[in-house]
This record gives sequence, structure tokens and C-alpha cells, in this order.
Amino acid sequence: MTALEPTKLDRPRTARDRSAADAKAAKSVTAKLRRAEFGDRLRSLALAAPLLVLLALSFGIPIVLLLSRAVYDPTIADALPQTSQALRGWNGAGLPGDAAFLALAADLRDNQAMGTAYELAKSLNARVPGARSQVLKTVRQLEAADRPPLEVMKAVPFWSAPGTWPVIESGTHSVTSFYLLSALDLHWNADGGIERVPPQQAIFLQVFMRTFFVAAAVTLATLILGFPLAYLIASVPKGLAAILIVAVLLPFWTSILVRTAAWTVLLQKFGLVNDLLLWLGIADDRLDLMYSRIGLIIAMTHIQLPFTLLPIYSVMRTIPPSQMKAAYSLGAKPFTAFRRVYLPQVFPGVMAGCLLTFILCLGYYITPALIGGASDQLISNFIANYVNVELNWEMAAALSFILLVFTLALFGIFARILGLDRLKLV
Amino acid sequence: MKITKARLFAFAAATAFITSGHVAFADELSIMASGGAWQDAQRKAWFEPFSKETGAKIVEQEYLGDLGKVKAMVDTGNVPIDLVTVETATVLQGCDAGILERLDYSKIAPREKFLEGSALDCGVGLDAYGDVLAYDPNVLKEAPTSVLDIFDTTKFPGKRAMRKFPAQNLEWALMADGVAPADVYKMLATPEGVDRAFKKLDTIKKDIVWWDAGAQPPQLLASKEVVMTTAWNGRIQNAIDKDGAPFKIVWNNQILEYDMIAIPKGAKNPELAYKYLAYISQPENNAKLASYITYGPVRTDAASFVAPDALPKLPNAPDHMSAYLVADTEFWGDYGEDLVKRFNAWLAQ
Repeated sequence: MTALEPTKLDRPRTARDRSAADAKAAKSVTAKLRRAEFGDRLRSLALAAPLLVLLALSFGIPIVLLLSRAVYDPTIADALPQTSQALRGWNGAGLPGDAAFLALAADLRDNQAMGTAYELAKSLNARVPGARSQVLKTVRQLEAADRPPLEVMKAVPFWSAPGTWPVIESGTHSVTSFYLLSALDLHWNADGGIERVPPQQAIFLQVFMRTFFVAAAVTLATLILGFPLAYLIASVPKGLAAILIVAVLLPFWTSILVRTAAWTVLLQKFGLVNDLLLWLGIADDRLDLMYSRIGLIIAMTHIQLPFTLLPIYSVMRTIPPSQMKAAYSLGAKPFTAFRRVYLPQVFPGVMAGCLLTFILCLGYYITPALIGGASDQLISNFIANYVNVELNWEMAAALSFILLVFTLALFGIFARILGLDRLKLV
Repeated sequence: MKITKARLFAFAAATAFITSGHVAFADELSIMASGGAWQDAQRKAWFEPFSKETGAKIVEQEYLGDLGKVKAMVDTGNVPIDLVTVETATVLQGCDAGILERLDYSKIAPREKFLEGSALDCGVGLDAYGDVLAYDPNVLKEAPTSVLDIFDTTKFPGKRAMRKFPAQNLEWALMADGVAPADVYKMLATPEGVDRAFKKLDTIKKDIVWWDAGAQPPQLLASKEVVMTTAWNGRIQNAIDKDGAPFKIVWNNQILEYDMIAIPKGAKNPELAYKYLAYISQPENNAKLASYITYGPVRTDAASFVAPDALPKLPNAPDHMSAYLVADTEFWGDYGEDLVKRFNAWLAQ
């Protein structure tokens, strides 16, 4: 149809033309409907807007701001504007020219005048251990002003050490990969390539692996304990089921700290569990259950059990017992009936429960701190240490970011295999 | 009627809003300390007498000693505390991060009257405590004579407990390996020195039970989980005096540290805070704490004011000062973060 034949549009004459016009009309109805629905959707979105705004303000933005610290650290760039200027064009090999030394001396003096020298020293120290006192010493000597600045700078060996200037140069770029690489036990080597840190410094990959291992072990343990229990609760009469559910939920309502403290009482060397094992003759000697991996997994399993059990139970409750009976009547053996009729139906509940427990386990902090030994600390303990003790929030953000990426990746794989819509969370 | 009701409601809401925030009065001093027997001792020795003398009301708060909380207060500009007790290493961190106020010693006391390292830019010493060795003589037949005996597993077999932290342990490891106390920190600043310290710790690694909280060492001794443990002297003395525990303290080669107090940036009542600091820094007041907990004064001229029965239990009593090391705060400010990371990697190996 061209613009030269407008009449055909207005008055359809052939059948073919008519059907085309019908299709067009239908399309415009769909479009109208869509428009109307869009309005509805907008209105319902407007109703949810307060919640969405609250979520964005109190949850989304703070997380993004905190995580951005992992790659954005302008402390050094802000503190050393003249040095940044002087280092532009430096090839990174050997020492920069005297102009850079003088610029740094001027920057250091400015920082001292503005009271930010300590912050700069701390920030540099995070990248070069020992830099803190060197910066402060140099600042004090520059302030004394009894020698020319260049002489002061050259007299402090730190400023002529091979590793110092490349770090200052990389610090003058506000966007840094330093913390993310450190969180993966990697660093830039002298030739500008990425390599692993020496083994006595490497720690985080191991801790990430440990965190995932503990989370997986606890998930498996809760499944083994929770599945039969959920089946039992789903198949007994209502009154008994209610009592059993309360028995499961009662510890659930108790503070996690209290439950963890209770486990320390039970698991310690001269505690109840060891007493019992000795008395029963299962163990010959008192076991080291406290401050051990096994003690940690026992306590976490107890705390996580309801999270795995409840989604499984809620799905099991909806499966009528007549289905299994029907399978038997058609000649299926109990195991076959279970595998082919029952299991496929409870599967979404099992996966939901396991996913919930697994992800919650990745963030455990109190229990590993109190029950775990030195080599049982999970990644949250390290993040907390950087937040509270070292005040290195950049490193904390980097570790959180890596944890988030790993978790989302796992979640993605899981959703791919199962399909998110099949998840049944209670 | 409707309007009155609405107004009443608004008034009530406004009142609730105002009173919910902490309103600092001119004569109210808010102190955050790390709780326990130590805070009780401060209350008896300093809070109550200061209150009586000046008429100022002291509001106490407790925390775990983690600076993250103070940083959050300062960052958000809402600082409900005027004074906070901190460890020495924390003072340095807080100073660097701009969380703690730089102190004007002309309002407190002459700086040179304090023990070396106990009057810092952002924190003034409260007391001196010792990192010592403690054991139960009923368990160990032969008495250890130095903290360094913890490395001797042939003479003293069995589990021993150490603090799960590189500070003190690395110093002791080097001293046990024959490094003179004066060279310890010089040595630890080099990679070879750190390697050497960890190598020495390796020799007893399988026999070590690690402790985190100060209350653990006396428990570990009492439950006989270990034959000896490093500890803060006050905790062991407390178990001996209050619970009648039979423990003994080894002072030889102790490491001396200080507890500190600081003013957070943006505190609402800094003048009163300074008045309090000046009060507790007077030698006769400084010595008072020792009567309630066995931590010593930080003023060089306070020893004569210490109650005679308290003196022999203090870490800086003359009898205990034959061999000791003063913890180097500057060193730990420089290398702390790196060594903690290395220590954690070593633990996990």
C-alpha cells in the first residue's frame, strides 16, 4: 500500500483486504487493551511505590554505595593533586624525576596543614605495610623546614624503595582494582601483570572455599534430618502435627546467640556431649568438639533445620496420600512410587529449603566466631574484622562484593536448572 | 474538637520525637567503656567521686571496643558520647581516621609525667596492664620462670593457650628465639624477622589452644584444658582473689600495655570531658583504680599513692619490672593489618 492509493484503506473491497483490515482492528484492540492494562499496572505500581522507595533508600542505595568502595577509593588522589600531575607521563620504571619528589613534598605539607596527613598515611599503609610511620615521619621533618624538601625526601629510604612509587601512581587513579584483587589473593606484580600473592599471604580464596564447604555440609545435614521429619509431620494426625511443628519452631523463636551459647555448653571438653559419649563407651577419650569444624557444623545444622524443613513440609502437606496408594494399586513398588510420584512433587520444596539454608549459611557470623576454631572462621568474620577492627571498609566492601557475585552466580545456575517459578518458599 | 485532637496528637508526637533523642545537658558526661569488672572498677575509683566533686552526672554506656561503631557515629554527625575507652592500637587508628579528637594536654596534665607511650596524640592512658603467663601449680609440678617458657614443650608438656592475635605472640616468639627485647620490633619490621617469629610459633602450633576474650584464660586453666596460658594480669588476679583459684602469675618477660581514653570528634560536651581527664590524671586519683582492679597507674609519680596491699599485684610494681617489653603502638599501627592477615593465613595452614 502506498500513499498514492489512500481509498483502498478506507473502503475494503476484496476478501483479502477485509481480513487484513480485521487483523489490523484486532491489533489495535490488543494495543488498546495493553494500554489500558499498562495504566492499571502503573496504578498498582504507584500503590507499591512507597515500599519501592523505602527499599531503594534503605536497602539498594546503601548497598551500592558501600560496594562501590571496593573499586572507588579517592583518598590518595584527593590528597596528592600535585603528585598526580607530576606523575603523568612517568613510565613506571625506576624512580620518577625530582619534580615528582618535590610535588609529593608539597602535597604532604598541604595535607599536614589541612589535618589529612593521617588519613593519607593510613590509606597508603593499606597498600604498602609500614608506609604509615614513613609518611608521618616525613611530614614531621618537612614541617621542621631545616633542610630543602628534596633533601628530606631523599633522606627517607622509603621514598626511594622500589615498591613505593608504583603504588602511589596507582593510588592517584581513584578507581582501583587493588582491593578486589586482594580479595581474590591476587596482586599486580612489578611488570604490571596480575599474579598470585605469596602463599604465606594468601588467605581469602581458602576462606571462600571454606564458607561454601560449610554451607553445603550444613545444607546436606539439614536435608537428611529435615526430610524424614517433614514427612512424619505431614503424615500424622493434625493434633500431633501441631505439637511437632511447635517443637521445630520453638528453637526457631529463640535468639541465635542464645542457641549458640547453649551449644558451647554442650560441646565443650567437659560438657554434656562428651560426658555422654564417654559413658556410652562410644569415645575412649574426650573429643575436641568446641573450636572445631564438626562442632560448628552441628550447631549451624540445628539453627538452620527449620529453614530447610518448613518449605519441604508445606509442599508435602499438599500432596494427597491417595496418589501413593494409586501408584501401589498400579503395581509400583514402594521405592518406585516414592521416586516417580512423590519425589517430583516435593522437589521444588526441597530445593527452596536447601537454597534458603545455603544462602543464609554463607552469611554466618556469630556461630563461627563462638564455636569455630581459628581455622573455621567464615568470610563474614573477615568482613566484620575489616569493618570493626581494621577500619578498612574498602577491603570489607571488596570481600562483600566477591561473596555477592559468587552467591548470585550460584543462584543463577540453580534458577537455570530448576526454573525460578517452580520454587516454593513456604 | 477535631482540631484540638489533631493538635494534641502533633504535640505528643513532637514531644516523643524530642525526648527520644539524647539531649546532652551541660553537666552531663557520657562515657562509653568496655564493661565488666573493669568498668565497675572505674565507676568506684573515678565516676562516682568525680560526680560528687563536680556535680556532673555521668551516663555510662558499654561496647565491645570496636571502633567501627564510633566511626559510624562520627560519620553521621550524631555523637552521643563524650568519652570512650579504647586500646592503644585503636587510639592510633582512630587518630589516623579522624574519628578521635587530638588532645590538648595543657587541659589535662603535663605530658612528660606519663609513662613512656601512655600519653598519645588522641588518647590518654588510664592504666597499665601486663600480658603475662598464668598456670595452676597443682597441675604443673615445676614452676615456669618466664613467659617464654610457653615455647618449651619438653620441660612443660601439654596444651597451652595463647591469644588469637599476632601482637605479643610474635614478640615472645622472637625473644624465645634469642632476640634481645630492644631489637624485637626492629626485627619484626623485616620479612625475615616475621618469618623467624612464625617459624618459632610453628614449633608449638599443634599444642596451642587459642583464646579470644579476656575471660577465657582463667576458664581454660580452671577446666584444665591447658597447663598454662598467656593472659591479662587483671583477669587472673580476679580469679585468684574473687574465686579462690590457685593460679600463679609469671611476670618475667611480660609485655606492658596501656588502656586509654579518648574524646570522639563531635562530642557534645568536650569541656567537661577534659575536666574528667584532668581529674583522673592527677597522681592521687590515677592511683585509685588499683584498689579495685589490679591495673597500675600510668603517671610516673603515682606509685606512692597506690594502696600498699594493691601494689604487689600490679604489673608495674618494682618486683615485676626486671624483664619486660613495652608494646610498640607505632609498630602495630604500621604492620598490624598486614600481620593479622598473615597470622590468619598461618592459622589456616
